[in-house]
Amino acid sequence: MSGDHVEVRRGAYHDSVTLMQVSRQVADVDGVEAAQVAMGTELNLDFMRGVGFDPPADAGPNDLVVAVRAGGDDAVAAALARLEEVLTTTGGGSGDGLGGRDPEPRTIGSAVRRAVEPPSLALVSVPGPHAFTEAWSALQAGLSVLVFSDNVPVEQEVALKDEAARRGLLVMGPDCGTAVVGGIGLGFANQVRPGPVGVVAASGTGAQQVMCMLDTRQVGVSHCLGVGGRDLSATVAGRSTKAALALLDEDPATELVVLVSKPPDPAVAADVTAYAESLSTPVLVALLGPGQDDLTTVARKAVEHLGAEWADPWSWDEQPAPVAGGSLRGLFAGGTLCDEAMLIASETLGEVRSNIPLRPEWALGEDLRSPGHLMVDFGDDALTQGRAHPMIDQRTRIDRLAAEGADPSCSVLLLDVVLGHAANPDPAAELAPAIAAARGRAAEDGRELAVVVSLCATHDDPQQPRRQADLLHDAGASVWLSNAAAARHAVALVTGSTGATR
Amino acid sequence: MSLLGSQPRLVAVGAQMFADAVAAQAAPVQQVDWRPPLGEEGVEADLARVLADPRHAAANETAVARMLAAGAELVDVRPASEALALDKGAFLHAGPPIGWDRASGPLRGALIGAMVYERLAATPEEAEHALAGAADGGSLHWEPCHHHRTVGPMAGVVSPSMWMFELRDPVHGGTAFCSLNEGLGKVLRYGAYGPEVVERLRWMSDVLGPLLQTAVRARTDSGGPVDVKSIAAQMLQMGDEGHNRNRAGTLMFLRELLPSLIDSGAPTSDVAEAVRFVSGNDHFFLNLGMPACKLAGDAARDVPGSSLVVAMARNGTDFGIQVSGAGDQWFTGPANTPDGLYLGSFGPEDANPDIGDSAITETGGIGGFAMAAAPAIVKFVGGEVGDAIEATRLMYEITLAENPVYQVPVLGFRGTPTGIDATLVTRTGILPHINTGMAGRLAGTGQVGAGLVNPPASIFPEAVTALAALAPPVVGGGS
Repeated sequence: MSGDHVEVRRGAYHDSVTLMQVSRQVADVDGVEAAQVAMGTELNLDFMRGVGFDPPADAGPNDLVVAVRAGGDDAVAAALARLEEVLTTTGGGSGDGLGGRDPEPRTIGSAVRRAVEPPSLALVSVPGPHAFTEAWSALQAGLSVLVFSDNVPVEQEVALKDEAARRGLLVMGPDCGTAVVGGIGLGFANQVRPGPVGVVAASGTGAQQVMCMLDTRQVGVSHCLGVGGRDLSATVAGRSTKAALALLDEDPATELVVLVSKPPDPAVAADVTAYAESLSTPVLVALLGPGQDDLTTVARKAVEHLGAEWADPWSWDEQPAPVAGGSLRGLFAGGTLCDEAMLIASETLGEVRSNIPLRPEWALGEDLRSPGHLMVDFGDDALTQGRAHPMIDQRTRIDRLAAEGADPSCSVLLLDVVLGHAANPDPAAELAPAIAAARGRAAEDGRELAVVVSLCATHDDPQQPRRQADLLHDAGASVWLSNAAAARHAVALVTGSTGATR
Repeated sequence: MSLLGSQPRLVAVGAQMFADAVAAQAAPVQQVDWRPPLGEEGVEADLARVLADPRHAAANETAVARMLAAGAELVDVRPASEALALDKGAFLHAGPPIGWDRASGPLRGALIGAMVYERLAATPEEAEHALAGAADGGSLHWEPCHHHRTVGPMAGVVSPSMWMFELRDPVHGGTAFCSLNEGLGKVLRYGAYGPEVVERLRWMSDVLGPLLQTAVRARTDSGGPVDVKSIAAQMLQMGDEGHNRNRAGTLMFLRELLPSLIDSGAPTSDVAEAVRFVSGNDHFFLNLGMPACKLAGDAARDVPGSSLVVAMARNGTDFGIQVSGAGDQWFTGPANTPDGLYLGSFGPEDANPDIGDSAITETGGIGGFAMAAAPAIVKFVGGEVGDAIEATRLMYEITLAENPVYQVPVLGFRGTPTGIDATLVTRTGILPHINTGMAGRLAGTGQVGAGLVNPPASIFPEAVTALAALAPPVVGGGS
């Protein structure tokens, strides 16, 4: 490894997503074999060691670590020059006639003070342990907050929501992946048309799925207010759900509210349902769980409530052929999509092991492996510490895809691909070759590996959904716009009963 | 609730891509230049606890309002023995408490000089010997100026025979003291103690002090006390920042006192010498600006829950701060060595680490914080006028208020950034800009230069941690 250039830059902070983009641009320089530019978290240092770099032991999470492997000194120099170029194009202030630069605001309070028109909403996506400080400051400045960050302690969540209630503001999150406010998608959000349906969601991809299903029937959304996956837990007790319901009840553009949640605390669910019934706007309560409606059915009910006509969403399902036997492996970026798929699969298959199991006894071990049916939520808090969400960074899922291709016990793979704002700009470009390779690897071993993709998308998403579907389909996957339909199809493949999936 | 009424206007903090995604939808969004906080791991929980302390926001408002409201009037000039009840053998010094063993060269030099000046020792060697043995329970002892409502520039050594300016805050009733400025070069506060230093100090206590006392008392009786805060406000508009440049302030002060000095009945030769001394010393007003800021800092003290910094001070070894909500506790770290310009053939190797109570000016919102007001001294911060403006603008990120009295013409008469918040420093990593003189490392050297320095980063998160321990834990479901 004599060609390795490794350096530590103390106290130079950049967010992980920016650094991923930077790493890729540095890696693209001619003559560079590998490049990793990342903050020195344990996880990132492990990644570097995994590629054979030798990062200094004293590099800490506040230090920028630059590791480049290249054919020669010229290529290293070119890589570092590219690094400087890319890093310096982010940030920078405006000059003035006196030659002084106005520094960028370092806090929400400063940004609000400087704003010509008062802002109404803060979007917080700093690492979880720091999220409270920023969200609290936003509330103090009179702003509602969307906290995208996960790994926020629950007592801090409650404190934030109580403070918001005192101030007449709304806290969305923590771990709020999706919202649409006034037509603007925040966090991960599909491009949906405006319309009469308000959504309150304790689930990010659940909300995305419902909105996409509505959009396929030309039914639009007024606002989608995410409340965070813990809001309907016993501890948080629906604080933001009630506040969001109240906001939508007062909103003249909203004719129907859909409340979507992962399996909630039963007492809180009852309380929130009673609250919803007290409002003047009708509320369709869609709480995921065994025996409950799937998200596509919820969307159908909403469409029918508004008097529009329902039709089943699109699929590209000519292949593959049924492959009775073997195990179903679901590799998900969306937690609620994973939940929904598990609920559907377990009805037929029984035990489905997972890192977010339906039952405690179905929990996967830390290696996330099991010879039987399993589904992994790669977006779970425990797997996103110190790295970007799998809707952006598909590396871990792609690695797992390859592993499943080589695993003789795996016969059907179920993947979600979530499009929309802030998601990976071209996920199929990375997934399609990986799918083809996994299928090819299985074929070499004399197996048929079926791949089913649940594509959460609307026609107007920035990734060109039709092109994404075509790429995935051309790689040998069947592609479904309804996650529930995709899950049923995958189950049918593994049980050899595909006739019944439409 | 206006959240759903119109298109949202966003502020984003964290991953740039989310702000980019909003901007791509043609919605207004301002990205915050966030970075992880200063301090050890776990400081984020302390920050959360301090910010969520139900007292915090109101406490900071109260504290900074008091800081801004504090007035400063010169009411008397008296010897320290009288003003501070300082007995023979007692000394005050700049910065947090420190013993002889860790005392810096300039602090030692100033104490040695003060011993000779007080006739407690015949020679510097004898003084040094006595001081080094002082820890054994002898009659010599020293304490921080700040513990006695006093501020001392550089080594800040005050001894009983030195004459002190006495300032009053007419709003809150506080009192603050500071010695008379000796000029530049080989002077006691920079650690020099040669015969010319002691001789000048004797002239100051024999002639200058009494003369100023007469003039100040006469002036107070006839036209009311000299309003030091008003002079400070005017000097900022005349190109001074009140720490490294006090030229306009000095001349305005002299203008206020001249009639009373001339009328004092003292020999005209003494009056002429005093006037020559003051007008020839561009820093004379510093020793009035400092206690004015001390009054502002003291007015903001002891508000439970407040993270406002009420004092920054250095003893040449340690840099210490005090915050309003943590009483008299000092949070200290190793003082940095200033970066700047050197006199004569002196260089960085000759400079002592940062020393003096004069950072009270930055604590009160002038000095380095008013850098944009003093383009004439931008050489100390890198040479360009833009740098001075940038320095002041950056300080707004870590302060709670803008001072409506201290204004910067070049920033459209915007008030100076005032009221350093330890939580904001910890969160942003922006350290206070301090303009300062540089003392020689070796006792007896005197001044070697002037420049810019920052406090050690560690002391702000330490203050936050202490405040967190005084705050209730963050608990959900309190309502």
